[in-house]
Amino acid sequence: METTVFLLTVNGQIEGANFPDYDNLYCKYCYVYGHDWAPTTGLEEGITQIASKSIQSHRLIWNFPLETTFKSTNPSGWPQLVVSVYGPDVFGNDVVRGYGATHIPFTPGHLFPFLRHTRTIPMFVPEPTWRLQRFTDWLLGWRPEYTDPKVVAQGEGREVTRVRSQGFVTVCFHIMTKDMKKMGYDTGPSTPSTVQSASSGWSTEVESYAK
Amino acid sequence: MASSSEIREKLRKKRRGLQDSLVKNKNDDDAQALVPSAKFKVDKQPTAMKNAEGNDEDPGETLRRTLRAQRQRRKKTLLEQSLVQECHDAEGVSIAQGCSANEGSSHRADDSVISTRPPTGSQRDLSVRSEHSSSSKHLDAFVTKHLQEKLKAARSKGESLQQQEASAASTKPVSRLKRLKNRDTVTRFDSEVDPVSAGRHEDPLSLRSRVKFREAARKVGKDVPTAEETYNFFTYNHEPDQPSQLDRISRKRQRRREKVEEDRDEDGQAEAEVEEDAEAEEDNQNQNECQSEEAPLVRNEDDLFVIDHSPKDFVEVKKAEYVAYRKRIQRDRELLFTPSFQTVPTSIKLPENMKPRFLEDEGFYVGDRPPISLTNENILENRILKMAEGNKWFGDDGKIIALPDPIKESSTRPPLFHVEGELDPALQTVHRKPFKSKYANMYIAGAADPEGDYQLDVDVSGMIFSHHPLFSREHVLASRLAQLYDQYLSRQHNNLTGHLTDKLNGLRNALRNMVKIHGEQGSSEALQQRISEYSLEVRSTRQLRDTEQEKDRTLLKSIIKVWKEVKSLREFQKFTNTPFKLYLRRENIDRVLDEREYEGEILAEVLEMEAESEEEYQKKLAEYKKQLEDWKLWKKKQKAKRKKKKKKKKGQAQDDTEEEEDQDGSESDEPFEEGPVKPKPPDRPDVDSMEQWVREKASRIRRKPGEPILVPELSASGSITSSELCPRAEIARREDVSRRSLFIKIFYNYKEVSRTDSRSLSTDFRAHFGQIFNLKILNCPQSINLQVFEEIGSSCSLLAQVFVPVPDPSIVTGSAPMEEFEFSSNQRVMFDHEGVGSDVPLSFEPDGSNKLTLLTSGKLSCCVSWGIGEEGVPLAPPVSQQPGATHSGRGHLDAVSYIGASGLYDMKKIGEWATQSRLDPNDPKNTSIMQLLKVASSGEVTAPDYFRLEHLQEEFNFVTDEEIERSKRFRLLSLRNQEAPEFRYYKFVPLLEREISDKVFQDYEKRLKDGEIIDTREHLDPHRALVAKYLQKIRESVINRFILAKHYYQLSDLVIEEEIPSIGSEQLQTRPAPVIQNRSASWNVSLPIRMRILGINLFKLAESKRPLKPQRKERKKVTAQNLSDGDIKLLINVIRAHNIPIRKPQSNKPGQSSQSAIQGSDWYLSQVQVRPFVEVSFQRTVLQTTTAEGPNPSWNEELQLPFSAPNGDYSTASLQSVKEEVFINIFDEVLYETGPSDKERTTSIHTQIEKHWLGSVKIPFSTIYSQSKIDGAFKVNTPAVLLGYSREHGSNSVYDHWRSTHGGMFIRLFITIEPQLVPGESVREKIKEVQFESQEAERLLQASERFVKDAAESYPDRPCITTVTDLSGKTVFITRYIRPLNPPQEFLDAFPNNPQEATTLVARFVSLIPSLPDQVSFSGTCDLWSTCDQFLTLLAGDEEEHAVLLCNYFLFLGKKAWLIIGTAIPEGPTAYVLTHEQSGYFIWNPCSGQFYDKDDTFCPLQTVGCLVNSDNVWYNIQENPSPLSTNFDITKANMWKPFFSRSFSHPGLSSVQPEELIYRHTDRAAAAELQDRVEKILKEKIMEWRPRHPTRWNRYCNSTLKQFLPKLELGRGQDVAEGHRLELQNLLGDYRIAGFPLHLPFSEIRPIIEAVHSTGVHHIHSSNVEFALAVYVHPYPNNVLSVWVYLASLVRT
Repeated sequence: METTVFLLTVNGQIEGANFPDYDNLYCKYCYVYGHDWAPTTGLEEGITQIASKSIQSHRLIWNFPLETTFKSTNPSGWPQLVVSVYGPDVFGNDVVRGYGATHIPFTPGHLFPFLRHTRTIPMFVPEPTWRLQRFTDWLLGWRPEYTDPKVVAQGEGREVTRVRSQGFVTVCFHIMTKDMKKMGYDTGPSTPSTVQSASSGWSTEVESYAK
Repeated sequence: MASSSEIREKLRKKRRGLQDSLVKNKNDDDAQALVPSAKFKVDKQPTAMKNAEGNDEDPGETLRRTLRAQRQRRKKTLLEQSLVQECHDAEGVSIAQGCSANEGSSHRADDSVISTRPPTGSQRDLSVRSEHSSSSKHLDAFVTKHLQEKLKAARSKGESLQQQEASAASTKPVSRLKRLKNRDTVTRFDSEVDPVSAGRHEDPLSLRSRVKFREAARKVGKDVPTAEETYNFFTYNHEPDQPSQLDRISRKRQRRREKVEEDRDEDGQAEAEVEEDAEAEEDNQNQNECQSEEAPLVRNEDDLFVIDHSPKDFVEVKKAEYVAYRKRIQRDRELLFTPSFQTVPTSIKLPENMKPRFLEDEGFYVGDRPPISLTNENILENRILKMAEGNKWFGDDGKIIALPDPIKESSTRPPLFHVEGELDPALQTVHRKPFKSKYANMYIAGAADPEGDYQLDVDVSGMIFSHHPLFSREHVLASRLAQLYDQYLSRQHNNLTGHLTDKLNGLRNALRNMVKIHGEQGSSEALQQRISEYSLEVRSTRQLRDTEQEKDRTLLKSIIKVWKEVKSLREFQKFTNTPFKLYLRRENIDRVLDEREYEGEILAEVLEMEAESEEEYQKKLAEYKKQLEDWKLWKKKQKAKRKKKKKKKKGQAQDDTEEEEDQDGSESDEPFEEGPVKPKPPDRPDVDSMEQWVREKASRIRRKPGEPILVPELSASGSITSSELCPRAEIARREDVSRRSLFIKIFYNYKEVSRTDSRSLSTDFRAHFGQIFNLKILNCPQSINLQVFEEIGSSCSLLAQVFVPVPDPSIVTGSAPMEEFEFSSNQRVMFDHEGVGSDVPLSFEPDGSNKLTLLTSGKLSCCVSWGIGEEGVPLAPPVSQQPGATHSGRGHLDAVSYIGASGLYDMKKIGEWATQSRLDPNDPKNTSIMQLLKVASSGEVTAPDYFRLEHLQEEFNFVTDEEIERSKRFRLLSLRNQEAPEFRYYKFVPLLEREISDKVFQDYEKRLKDGEIIDTREHLDPHRALVAKYLQKIRESVINRFILAKHYYQLSDLVIEEEIPSIGSEQLQTRPAPVIQNRSASWNVSLPIRMRILGINLFKLAESKRPLKPQRKERKKVTAQNLSDGDIKLLINVIRAHNIPIRKPQSNKPGQSSQSAIQGSDWYLSQVQVRPFVEVSFQRTVLQTTTAEGPNPSWNEELQLPFSAPNGDYSTASLQSVKEEVFINIFDEVLYETGPSDKERTTSIHTQIEKHWLGSVKIPFSTIYSQSKIDGAFKVNTPAVLLGYSREHGSNSVYDHWRSTHGGMFIRLFITIEPQLVPGESVREKIKEVQFESQEAERLLQASERFVKDAAESYPDRPCITTVTDLSGKTVFITRYIRPLNPPQEFLDAFPNNPQEATTLVARFVSLIPSLPDQVSFSGTCDLWSTCDQFLTLLAGDEEEHAVLLCNYFLFLGKKAWLIIGTAIPEGPTAYVLTHEQSGYFIWNPCSGQFYDKDDTFCPLQTVGCLVNSDNVWYNIQENPSPLSTNFDITKANMWKPFFSRSFSHPGLSSVQPEELIYRHTDRAAAAELQDRVEKILKEKIMEWRPRHPTRWNRYCNSTLKQFLPKLELGRGQDVAEGHRLELQNLLGDYRIAGFPLHLPFSEIRPIIEAVHSTGVHHIHSSNVEFALAVYVHPYPNNVLSVWVYLASLVRT
């Protein structure tokens, strides 16, 4: 029996990052979602190019597109985007520069600036357990890392870690949902009456603005 | 020009030619035919129009003319266009087959147009036209034709349009109207674009248009265009199209033409003028449309004439010309103009003879002119004056006209004109750190609106001073009087005396009644108690009443006294300051009655007192008696003592001392032995004095009998002496008073929020404010403070502050009463006038004595309450928000302490309390509670027998509980959340209720329901089923425990951190990874060592990249989380095997023997001994190696088996619970030549491949997973008998010496998982963290932890166990498990003389207990150790249980036995048993029952970690842990490290094992039944596995085998094969037999089926194959069953 699902399309991009002290970074992303979720199309994980800062700007720009569609039967376990940033240290070892996570916004929104979801994710890394360790870690390029970056999307067990904040990653999302309202989940702001969603069912305001 | 005319000429010729060839040219014939008529028609039309125009030409009607002209113009242009088009058309149609429509042609076309200009002009104007009539003749025809074409085109277009819009006809007039209206906007050029481009450019299009044209022509031929149509044609607005370059050119042409026309119409007619205007307009329009119109026009014009010139003609080459400087300047001056800076005289700027007029002076508003510097203005003016109409720029005032300055000046920041450092220090910016408001986080929770919906109303009504520095003496007295009077009033109101008197009377009556009723009958104990209680009550009430009465009396007295003082003061000072007057009202009363009452009262009191004192006396008397008794007793004792002493002392015979003793008594004798003083009898109470006292008291505190009741009344009706009559000092005081005024500041949370208006102090020292302040509040109210300020002139001073309590939320504005708050101030104020001042001693006595000091004080009347919203909603926060809100039951504080706050809701308790404390029902304070009790007890209101904590909970229950329980989705979600095994990995819980089928829950419900029912089908044996159930329960409880542990995270669970390697330098290089595990151990290492390690690590950085002796590196481990199916592979490297049985020549068979006889002695050489191959099956994937030859084959092949986890879940827990096993089977590939069939005798030979099972190795996946790699030689599980094979190798076998020692077959394997998975770390670690309870001593646990830690640090690869977890999850020290235990008695009886036999029998018994790894049963690497009795009950256990049992049996048998904790293949960390015999040390594998010599290289035990017996644990600290090189002498301290040593001795741990094991005899009948069932099931299965072939059972063979199996059991699997084989051969001579018996411990049926299946016997597809199967179940005590399955295949030869 075909189960009824609602769909969530995440478009957007990992725009860039602001790591004041580091350069030549790249970013990995993946999604964390609950039991009742499954990606239907698009990349579930990805890795960006290595970006360097320009002389004038202190921002790293990746502009790495995200495009994934999820199907789900339950808003519980709403997908989270987990990003982790890596880059070389002084000795050229590839070390982690930050972990961060954010929930995918659930309000449909799109390219227009007032409805676009931009998230600035503060990034952090686990701290070495003691000070000498920090020194050796720095020297030998062993940085403490999470066993799984997805840890940052969960709350359980985090009390045993200590972290240091490291910078920010900016992600923007354009969200489309389908059948959410039909299933009784009203997430969006009051949708303009001009939107006809009978034909497609996608509750997109895109059409109304595209006119 | 000539050329163009030529072209035209040609065109015409061509056309005529075309007309001539009308018949031939089908395309054109219609059009040609049309020409004459159309010509006439079209010709007529414009002419008519022109005529009309001519007639209308009436000077004066300019408007009409203009209109007409415009229309005319349009027509004209159209015509012209068509003309042009015609040219091109003609070109396109007739000439231009070879000539493409390019620039060149267009030029030519231009030429032609120019040539035709005169005719067009003529067409326009009648007069002109007449001049050129001759030339216009042919032109007419030309134009007409073109018009027709146009019309046709338009029509066809119209038709097509019509098709699109059905209502084209109806819209037409509208469109026309529109056109009329916006005539100017219509672009004339657009109309012709379509045809032009069609005709010129696009061939297909032109073709189409031609076709259209033909059709249209036909139509036209039929019906002549009407006026309407023609009009439409002319005004038809064609679809706009992209104007092409050519368009532009044509436009240009038109303009040129028009210019020509203009030239021509020089005569200056009005029309022409109009035309010109229109032209200008047009030009504008054109410019808009095509910006570069003008320039190209000129150029084109040039082009027209220049076309024949070469560039040379224009370029002149000559010398550069020198112009003299002066000349140049001169010339420049002619050209250039430099405006001067001089101010322009006003006269020039204004018209002549005009005076400047200044509007501003006349009173008009003139805005500010924008500021312009004078020079610039001058320059501008000069410049303007140079212009032609410069004067118009100047206004009447002679200045340039300017709008007022539009910029409005407004400074956002006042400029600071100062130099650095000169700033006034007071203005310096002071930077402060922002600080958080103290109450920032104390917002009232739940205020939905941040604005705050809470409002406090502070009503400050007024204030009265009870003392003020400006009080005069009279004021002081008056205020005292007023106070006293107030007090009197309030007392009167409360009437405490009256109440108490009533109560007293009531109590007395009750007491009297009680005594009267019960007095006669002997009063019971309870009654006595009650009476005494009552009398006590009476007494206390009376005392209370007396004090109250006394207070009343004194109050009255003092009122009168003060009033007298006031009066005397007034008389003395001769003026009155206060309006107070006291009247005393007398109330006469009946003297007799009063006296009687008075006396009665006194009497009653006296009586009571007597009774009391009597009682007191009695009590005292009793006490006295008791004391006396004691004293007497003591006295006696003393005497007795003294006598004794006397006797003693008599011996000493000292007379004087004796006498002394007699006289002085005991006290002097023994001063330390002080006895009690002799008590005195109490005095009798004196009744007379008592009465006296009562009367005295009564007279003091009570009104005398007959004395009238005095009721004071204070009125403020007196008049105040006016100021004039007062002495000077008093006047000064009064003036001072009038100067003062008061105001009040309101502070909310210590912040001033508002203040009242200031009110002057009135003469009676009152101030009335009457102001209400509404405070909208955000923060929780902490304090409300009113500060009273006094203002004298401009200075004000704080008098006092009043703290007002925060009101209860129930207090809202309107209902709240005014409250008076007293305040006072200790400020010292002194005056030189009448004012008494404050804090100044003051005396009213003439002698100055009795001084009193008064402080400023007063009362503030105010009211703080919560506001009411618009709908009457109180704007108060909820009660819970009120910090320190007092309980509403303030009056019943005792009650609260009695029954607790929650009990207040319980009516019963309240009732109980009320009765116990005997609440006075008459007390008005208690009325409410009494009423409540009455109501409750009457049963009208049933008090709820519960207390609801959340009153509003129900409102939030959006569905009922039943409903939510019924919801399948909710159930599914909650079950998943509970991690019920069926739903733990359930994905996609359907969104809709109806999509959840009931089937989902079936399994779960079945499991719940079947919990009690035993599935015998699965287990075959009720006992085992029970055990399985029990195990299941244990598993569940353990799992629940570990689910808890799982959620307990350690840092290492979350963060990978490369630890700094600790010392263990030898490991440092080789194995950095394991060292990591002992982080905590490394804490103890001192810092210098750490630095050294760091140094080593730094050194490592420099080490060579490719060392000569590379060290093995750890593979990168993969966390199992992000894996999916197909990612994991099981790598099995089959290297080689030894000792594979070889085939036997079937010599007994006659046919075969002859064959072998033929082959002779070289049989061994020629005949294949065996062709073994290995088949590995795992998870339904079967792979096999190539076939090798010989008994010692070497394959060296790698097999890759894919692995998929259950449910696709690659989490560690899931992987650990994988139960599947890897089967490694060794087969012999046998080729049989089936003789060619009789029918066709051909040369072809059919061979048939059969595989014969030789043996197998089973390795559970869980072992591989936890080991991550398995490498070694495995003993192959071979059947006891292999029919057709012999283990006897030929004499030429190289491995002779092996064979002699080991009968077994070995296979060397290397198994690993790719990629390497992180094995689930043992939950043990976590258990430690969780701190499972333990009964061991803390010290022992710590020591064991330390021991294990040290061990792991020094030898990380050697397992060391000191504590284990028992079945209940408690930590138990390992030695407690070891204890000699009795094996079944029958084993001992079986071989009474042969202990060796008994040993093997016992070992066999132990090995027959099924093995079940803990990992599998308790999905998590958790080692649970069951005791031996538990083990025997469960009949399932890990290696440890087997080993412990075996060890215990051995100890019972009198052997020296130890438990070996070590690692073995394939089990990994495991437990073996070590025995010490005379012949040496033996290592026993408890699961197989086999034993190995210590020196046996094929011993599966690889490392020896530690040895355990009941006394101690020894840890192996020898260099090489393999048993081969291990010295098992545990006494050697340098080889074995004991746990209990001298420093920590064995505390005498008792064993957890039972004292004795009790065995049950197994029911033989049940075993027989089981045997039948297993056989039946197996037969069915084999038939099932052979779906396409018939399965025949050889019954004879079956029975033979069955008879043989018990013998095998007796022989304990020893090789008894030879005789048996011979026997079989004899029996079944004609058959080629291959078969073997399988031996298994019995746990359940599934493993048996698996084992049979894995042998692949059923794969034989030979048509004449028969099978034989026999099952034998041998029962051992305690339901341990040994199962034998004999399988054989028989092929008739």
